[in-house]
Amino acid sequence: MRVATSVSSTSGAAPVAAGDRRFLARWVTALLLLVLVATFLFSLTSGATDTSAARVLWALATGAEDSITVVERVVLLDIRLPRAVLGTLIGASLAVSGAVMQGLFRNPLADPGIVGVSAGAGLGAVSFIVLGSGVLAPIAALFGIYHVPFAAFFGGLVTTLLLYRVSTRQGRTSVATMLLAGIALGALAGAFTGLLVFWADDQQLRDLTFWGLGSVAGATWIKVIASAPIILPVVLLAPLLARGLNAITLGEATAQHLGIPVQRFKRIAIVAVAAATGASVAVSGGIGFVGIVVPHLLRLLIGPDHRYLLPACALLGAVMLLLADAIARQIVAPAELPIGIVTAAIGAPFFLWILLRRRGILDL
Amino acid sequence: MAESFVMHKLLRPFLTTLLTTGFCAGAVAQEPQRVLAIGGAVTEIIYALGEQDRLIARDSTSTYPPEAMELPDVGYMRALSPEGVLSVEPDLILARANSGPAEAIEVLQAADVGWVTVPDDFSLQGIDDNIRIVAEALGVSSKGDLLREKLAQELEQIQLATANLEERKRVLFILSLRDDRIMAAGTDTAANGIIGLAGAENAITEFEGYKQISDEAVLTANPDVILMMQRGGASEANHGAENKGIFEHPALGSTTAAEEGAIVRMDGLYILGFGPRTGEAAKELSAAIYGSTSN
Repeated sequence: MRVATSVSSTSGAAPVAAGDRRFLARWVTALLLLVLVATFLFSLTSGATDTSAARVLWALATGAEDSITVVERVVLLDIRLPRAVLGTLIGASLAVSGAVMQGLFRNPLADPGIVGVSAGAGLGAVSFIVLGSGVLAPIAALFGIYHVPFAAFFGGLVTTLLLYRVSTRQGRTSVATMLLAGIALGALAGAFTGLLVFWADDQQLRDLTFWGLGSVAGATWIKVIASAPIILPVVLLAPLLARGLNAITLGEATAQHLGIPVQRFKRIAIVAVAAATGASVAVSGGIGFVGIVVPHLLRLLIGPDHRYLLPACALLGAVMLLLADAIARQIVAPAELPIGIVTAAIGAPFFLWILLRRRGILDL
Repeated sequence: MAESFVMHKLLRPFLTTLLTTGFCAGAVAQEPQRVLAIGGAVTEIIYALGEQDRLIARDSTSTYPPEAMELPDVGYMRALSPEGVLSVEPDLILARANSGPAEAIEVLQAADVGWVTVPDDFSLQGIDDNIRIVAEALGVSSKGDLLREKLAQELEQIQLATANLEERKRVLFILSLRDDRIMAAGTDTAANGIIGLAGAENAITEFEGYKQISDEAVLTANPDVILMMQRGGASEANHGAENKGIFEHPALGSTTAAEEGAIVRMDGLYILGFGPRTGEAAKELSAAIYGSTSN
């Protein structure tokens, strides 16, 4: 952890003299790891049925499979476990993507939505929900019941690539152009989505609403297997971006002088974030607010150093999503709420409270 | 004229099915005792069959009869939570074909619970098939046959009653009227279907589904009757205000319907549900449109 000390010493001299928070950061990270393990186990043991996770696991481990019913087995292995794994992956991916975007754009409001991933993914999903049984039926049949997630991923990727082309001139990517173009492309995707919503029938409309609010209720092993190869590498390798992100905090020119290949770095970071977000949105719909709240909370707590911020974001993001999901499926059981409602309803007031208490020190 | 054609097309296979399959006695070996109904149409059929004692839970679209609302609700039929569904411990799940999400259905079908799919066919043939399927799944086929026969008779009656009408009234179905914007029913809607069954004509045939319609299109269509959904409870008092809104509406106000005060309100699920009550609903709607003398 002694790499890039020069960078950290410069960013340590940032506006707020918060002092050296490395010690705190390490403790917070270790604590978050424990909390994540606890939350994951809690997620396995809680649910609408009174299946005992410990008993089922014990029965499976000792080979006494006769002592558990098919329903218990399905509840633990095919419902709760993939759901907890998927929740962990998505929470980590959303929070890390948010932190990387905010660092890259040096903008506290940036989140994956801003590079058009969410809007593009939304358009992809909506297209198939509305036209999947009509014009797009052959493609829908090709991907079976996973055609909506796939369309979302494809839509997010296409939008990001398009945005990248628009904002890159002579090999240089302008961050300002990208922000503005992201808004324009978002509006365009919104217009097409609106048109499709106009064509949709009542049933499709309700599907659209539920999709837009996000849910990990449809978690299956296939979804885990499909999204993990994209999300895991991004989340695990994100700390490698930390040095570059710390340098970019000082401005791109300074970063270049510090020896960061800024253009190449930006390209890698954007593609990584687009892929991870696209994969998350594809399997869970639009889950808002994790990408904004988690990085800011941690910045307030452990400071803006990305070397600590990125791993901590992955952990807290996963914890937050697992907890939100636990609430989502318990509060109106046997039915369940879309998780996006829970993340926003709890995340937003909490975030406001933090802002009011520590007004003016929302630094990057 | 179009209606009578539709009636024939719909009724003929319906009556044939009644004759061919009406006497199949389906006795299921072990009758399910804990039934979960997913979809309002399914729940309504179970109540119409008198088998509600075996119903343990419902989805959020099952709002009729009112007693059903007291059962545990497993959520919206297109956004089911597999564990939530299993937590009510059903031994049979009767679900409409478009229940979802697909992943949840896959998991549920893998669990050791009976599963019967009830097709999503909102036609007369569809109602008949669905009653048969639900009755068979519950092991009460003979009760199902009685219900189907009753429905067939009701539908035949209404068809006979409206067969010789000199002039078919043109009905505009308004799904919602908010800020003077009108959401109207086009073709291929349940509203279109029930208007046809009641011996009238849908005033809007330019589009499919429910869409917002422009004032000019309303003036062109110039409906004889305006059909709306009744709101229950306290908001019934608002109907007066809503009527005033219709009379003062730039387009609706100058239609024949508004001039003659021909505004009909009926319960949404009753007229649009296409379930065991559809025969009654069509009859009642017809009476409301043409005046009870023609029935």
